[in-house]
Amino acid sequence: MNVVETSGLAKRYRSTWALRDCTLAVPAGRIVALVGPNGAGKTTLLHCAVGLCTATNGNITVLGDLAPGSLDALERVAFVAQDVPLYKYLSVRSMVAVARNLNSRFDQAQAEERLRALEIPSDRKVGKLSGGQQAQLALTLSLARDPDLLVLDEPLARLDPLARHDFMALVMAAVAASGFSVIFSSHVVSELERFADYLIVLARGRVQMLGDIDDLLAGHAMLSGPVEECDLVGEQFAVVQTRKAARHAELLVRTTGNSELPSGWESDDVSLEELVLAYLRDPSASMLPGPLTLDELEASEVT
Amino acid sequence: MVIDKEVDDHEAPVPSIVFRLEPSSGVPTYLQLVHQVEHALRLGYLTHGDQLPRVKDVVASLSINPNTVLKAYRDLEQKGLTAGRPGQGTFIQASPETVGLERLTALRRSLVSGWLKDASAAGLDEQGTVALFMAALRDFRDRPVESRSAGRGGRQRGEGVA
Repeated sequence: MNVVETSGLAKRYRSTWALRDCTLAVPAGRIVALVGPNGAGKTTLLHCAVGLCTATNGNITVLGDLAPGSLDALERVAFVAQDVPLYKYLSVRSMVAVARNLNSRFDQAQAEERLRALEIPSDRKVGKLSGGQQAQLALTLSLARDPDLLVLDEPLARLDPLARHDFMALVMAAVAASGFSVIFSSHVVSELERFADYLIVLARGRVQMLGDIDDLLAGHAMLSGPVEECDLVGEQFAVVQTRKAARHAELLVRTTGNSELPSGWESDDVSLEELVLAYLRDPSASMLPGPLTLDELEASEVT
Repeated sequence: MVIDKEVDDHEAPVPSIVFRLEPSSGVPTYLQLVHQVEHALRLGYLTHGDQLPRVKDVVASLSINPNTVLKAYRDLEQKGLTAGRPGQGTFIQASPETVGLERLTALRRSLVSGWLKDASAAGLDEQGTVALFMAALRDFRDRPVESRSAGRGGRQRGEGVA
């Protein structure tokens, strides 16, 4: 089963395409990181998946064949939005009661237990909690719905390092206990490897790279050698990024075939951060068949 | 995918090992966990019959992906260092083969009076010596498995373009 599957998904806001021709399938049981520069369409994609917006073109299904926003999907998909929407003037206890009344599936005992473990006082006003605690409360309410898919939009963006750690620890422990799937969007590239095992990189509304993180890392290498042979070696591989110094060059390549490296060249593993940054820096580099050229992208721009 | 079957969530016992992560080390997270268990075994901090922390507890304390911990535990099990008992957890089964002290001393002596002496005579400074040794070690590891005698470990991913 795929937790999210799209084909040719596109979304236009007035004259701007937030998503265009976005085709992807995310297998179940994964913790998926959705990465991309500002305006790449991350939030739009997540909103389409949870049923908060409808696509202009194309199809999207969640948890097998459910339509996002349908009653079945709403019951099984939990979403924590970027700005952690909570009623600031309610007490924590009342907030839990509201969530219980608004959801058909809600484990109140589990929510209260978790809040106790997190030492969040139940008589405190939500607005008086720290940012980290508000995020934990929103997450606790989502987890109490016992979701099959948890969608988090930029969960780490506004949290300090400690709160980040605690928030993700809560997510990871819940996954270990109940085995649901997670999709989260993030700007924080350096911490991805810790949390995610599956990666989607979006650029300008399209999927640029996606796959199992171990596979992606194994499928790329950093080659370094004398700069004179750089172009020759570059022809053998799909080159993602080239950096040249006076005498030596470094190529980040995809290692699909088994080509021999000339002597004097070395191959090194790539870190996830290096890989993601290289792709983000060059929107025309694409993992998927038929690399997109900038001209194509420009041509499809609606003005 | 239900990873931990235990439902009871009362006070966790003092863990047999406390894991830590060095994000900047470049070593994959699961391998860091594996190395720490091996290290603890060598030092005697972990012994036969000890229970490794539950996946859920490791995940909660390090804030990492549960699959990473599972991968580390699987790796340890494949190496014969641990055994999983269904419904209970993962337990230490054996100690890693350790090299005897005598053998270690002999190896060290041969390195000092042989190769290191030659390197120094050739004019290599300390850093040059280390760099050369690491490069040679890499060459050694990259050779086919049959041609080296006791090849435990080795590189795990991104082995090669060649």
